[in-house]
Amino acid sequence: MAMTEKHDALSAPASMEILEGDAGDFFALLKPRVMSLVVFTALVGLLMAPGEIHPVLGFLAILAIAVGAGASGALNMWYDADIDILMTRTAKRPVPAGRISAETTLAFGLFLSVFSVATLGLMVNWLSAGLLAFTIFFYAVVYSMWLKRTTPHNIVIGGAAGAFPPIIGWACVTNTISLESIALFAIIFLWTPAHFWALALFKADDYGRAGVPMLPNVAGERTTKHQIVLYAVLTALSGVVPTLMGFAGIIYGGIAAVLGLVFVWYAVQVWRMPDGDRKMVPAKKLFAYSLVYLFCVFTALLVDALVTKFTGLAA
Amino acid sequence: MEKVDLTDKQKKARRSRSVALGIVLAVLAVLFYVVTIIKIGPAVFDRTM
Repeated sequence: MAMTEKHDALSAPASMEILEGDAGDFFALLKPRVMSLVVFTALVGLLMAPGEIHPVLGFLAILAIAVGAGASGALNMWYDADIDILMTRTAKRPVPAGRISAETTLAFGLFLSVFSVATLGLMVNWLSAGLLAFTIFFYAVVYSMWLKRTTPHNIVIGGAAGAFPPIIGWACVTNTISLESIALFAIIFLWTPAHFWALALFKADDYGRAGVPMLPNVAGERTTKHQIVLYAVLTALSGVVPTLMGFAGIIYGGIAAVLGLVFVWYAVQVWRMPDGDRKMVPAKKLFAYSLVYLFCVFTALLVDALVTKFTGLAA
Repeated sequence: MEKVDLTDKQKKARRSRSVALGIVLAVLAVLFYVVTIIKIGPAVFDRTM
């Protein structure tokens, strides 16, 4: 498979371009679906943290985290425009589709990065602002510019960027990084490989065309399926850690255990799928369920935290 | 001087961007005002005349 050797986003001519991109296109640069996951997991971190934060400051913190996540999405779209145009999943994004120029996207992403970090620092605290800045750097530079095009472990390490929001939300309240917030980080971090490799299995042609060295393209389907089962098991185990550490109740633990077992079951179905199966139905089901899993686990954590906070009883 | 005529699509996109930017700026002005009051708290009334 040909690896992507050259990055072309900056080589586009800086002409006097008149934009055809509307507000919706600029919003699309923020990767709203990824942003919704970031908002949700950061909110759970913020509400689970011991201590109080003024509701308006809490709202502003989540808004700043969301904008920071969106900024990193815009920087990713700026850098990846040359490969996004080659993949069916991403070809209609505003930059490869020509509605917004690469230069405008870069400026938009940089401005929102500085603005979101400064706002969080000035309004909440500088630890959470520093963590947000690191998250943006990690996603835009470490993942997008370095790992994505060089190693099949790109989303294993790069997944850390998507896992930071609960730590940031927690730090907004406590001004610390604790083991509890790291446990929340671990759930998303360990969930990411199985989620993305399920996608990479049924989008292998896309990634191959773009020269992105995803695990199925580099190591083959069988190795990817082994790794998916391994990470699904690790994700299921990490899901019950909040209960084992004592900062989530037994009911949450039971829900997380069941959700985790179903996650492993879907992963095993992918593992049993014959190599060369083009329909990839089990992989598509695992991808869909992985989103349900993460949403349900963090919803259960949120309910647990709210019940504990407002009634004093552990759920 | 060369004059640039925008197409209808470009005019519509520009208007959409302008409206969105206006709304965002208005919301931020209100939000930062409220947060300033919250951060300063009751001390906002402590000032020498």
